[in-house]
Amino acid sequence: MKRTADYSWSKLPIHLFFIAISVVFIVPLWSIISISLSKESDLVTVGYRLIPLNLDFQAYQYIFDNPLPILNAYKVTSIMSFAGTCLSVLMISMCAYALSRSDFKYRSIITFYLFFTTLFSGGLVPYYLLMTKVLHLQNSYAALIIPLLGSVWFVFLMRTFFQQLPDSLVESATLDGAGELRIYFTMIVPLSTPVMATVGLLQLLAYWNSWYQALLFIDKQELYPLQYLLQVMMSNIQEILRNMQENVPVDAGAAVQIPTESTRMAMCILAIGPMLFIFPFFQKYFAKGLTVGSVKG
Amino acid sequence: MLSRMMKDFRKNKFLLALTLPMVIYVFVFSYTPMFGAIVAFKRYQYNKGILGSDWVGLSNFKFLFNSPDLWRLVRNTLGYNAVFIMTSLVASVTVALLLYELTSRKLLKAYQSVMFFPHFLSWVVVAYMAYAFLNPRSGMLNHWIADIGWSPVDWYNEATAWMYILPLANIWKDIGFGAIMYYAALLGIDPAYFEAAKIDGANKWQIVRKISLPSLYPLITILTILAIGHIFSADFGLFYQLPMNSPTLLATTDVIDTYIFRALTVLGNIGMSSAAGLTKSLLGFLLVLGVNAVVKKINADNSLF
Repeated sequence: MKRTADYSWSKLPIHLFFIAISVVFIVPLWSIISISLSKESDLVTVGYRLIPLNLDFQAYQYIFDNPLPILNAYKVTSIMSFAGTCLSVLMISMCAYALSRSDFKYRSIITFYLFFTTLFSGGLVPYYLLMTKVLHLQNSYAALIIPLLGSVWFVFLMRTFFQQLPDSLVESATLDGAGELRIYFTMIVPLSTPVMATVGLLQLLAYWNSWYQALLFIDKQELYPLQYLLQVMMSNIQEILRNMQENVPVDAGAAVQIPTESTRMAMCILAIGPMLFIFPFFQKYFAKGLTVGSVKG
Repeated sequence: MLSRMMKDFRKNKFLLALTLPMVIYVFVFSYTPMFGAIVAFKRYQYNKGILGSDWVGLSNFKFLFNSPDLWRLVRNTLGYNAVFIMTSLVASVTVALLLYELTSRKLLKAYQSVMFFPHFLSWVVVAYMAYAFLNPRSGMLNHWIADIGWSPVDWYNEATAWMYILPLANIWKDIGFGAIMYYAALLGIDPAYFEAAKIDGANKWQIVRKISLPSLYPLITILTILAIGHIFSADFGLFYQLPMNSPTLLATTDVIDTYIFRALTVLGNIGMSSAAGLTKSLLGFLLVLGVNAVVKKINADNSLF
């Protein structure tokens, strides 16, 4: 492709189009930040504004003075995301590697066995009953981790990658007397960091942003992940804030002082902060993960 | 015969062992619920479990199909999904084609990043952003509306408005993802085609129509098949988080998945929600097979399986 002139006037309409679009994309985030930095009394009297009337950090101050709920939610989200991503990459890649080997006898039957679940499912109700009434996983980390663990699409994505590794690699290792498990762990894993990173990041994002599992299976606040804490705060901020200062005796006078509107938005910023900060660095991996492995072949 | 099977097994046992965690996971968490879907034909009682509960034939389905909500659910689910499929296809392809026209690497990256970041946010966070605009008392939208002299709108009680808010939110969150996907496909086209077309004196529009778009067709069909296959499912977060559970909005925000969820968790109506879930799964299954068969007939290369 020829990309000669870096700037050219004929592209101006396209740039204007994209600048307009960019504004539409940035304003919502900007407004959350602006509200979180506004003075609570301003929010009550003049409402939300794109530029705070009076710059004020009392919402953040309040959260840092009472950090327990958000720290706990961070802890839950971190444990869930880390454990979930590691387990899931291990499970998916092992399966994908076996399926990528053309000499694996049960390849097509297992591929079909996995693929069928992407076409048909039993639905939410039997799944919910299995998790709660049979396995009794409600209010546990398992309930937060298990539902996102095994993604069949990622198995196919990785399988396509493994198929591109030269056959001679495995053959020569086999001749040297290496067993299948050793081949996988000592040769395949180091060679496939790009695809592992791609799937790992996509899973990490899925876990970080997950709230649905908590909505279904969690009702104890100490097991709320970040996103679910946010969701509950929207309707129930008073209660969460009361739990924030559990050891302090709650009196009516103090409750009025809580900057609810700005604190809510500040919590939102603190929850998405890490993702917004690291995502630009990993964007290329996400783009790579988009070409879903084909089922054929 | 048996000895050959044993031999196959011995030869493949280590590779089989590698697949085992995934195979077991899928068995427990996908196939067992499929079997458990028989609960739709039972009167579920918590103390008896799925297997022990009494069979009631199709009565759960009769209730579902006689329910006055059904038409609303089907209309909303199919309607929104149809709108989403079309708008995100057109928007993503358009943006990708425009991105492809840009020559400045830096700006290209900047635009892409800005459009991509909503993809990294959960619907909970997007609901917060929507709230910043739509909050009837302090929201910014009502301030702007007041500024131009119109009367403010109680957005969380105004069902019609959500017919526009939901597709807008959906496109806002999805367009970056879709555009990058189509943009990557455009980068995969052999540049020789474009140069040959230019030498032959083709204009921009002709190049787009005769080269760029046809090269995107395989990706477009695959993504559209996938989307049509899921046309009975809704992006639960969009329909559940954004309207903030406002009961007055159900006319335009209730879809099959939110109904199943509500019937299960709020009403505790296991029979009705499982019947709705099973019907949804079956219809979706038949739909994917159907669409795939049609695509296969037209162009086998573009089919999914």
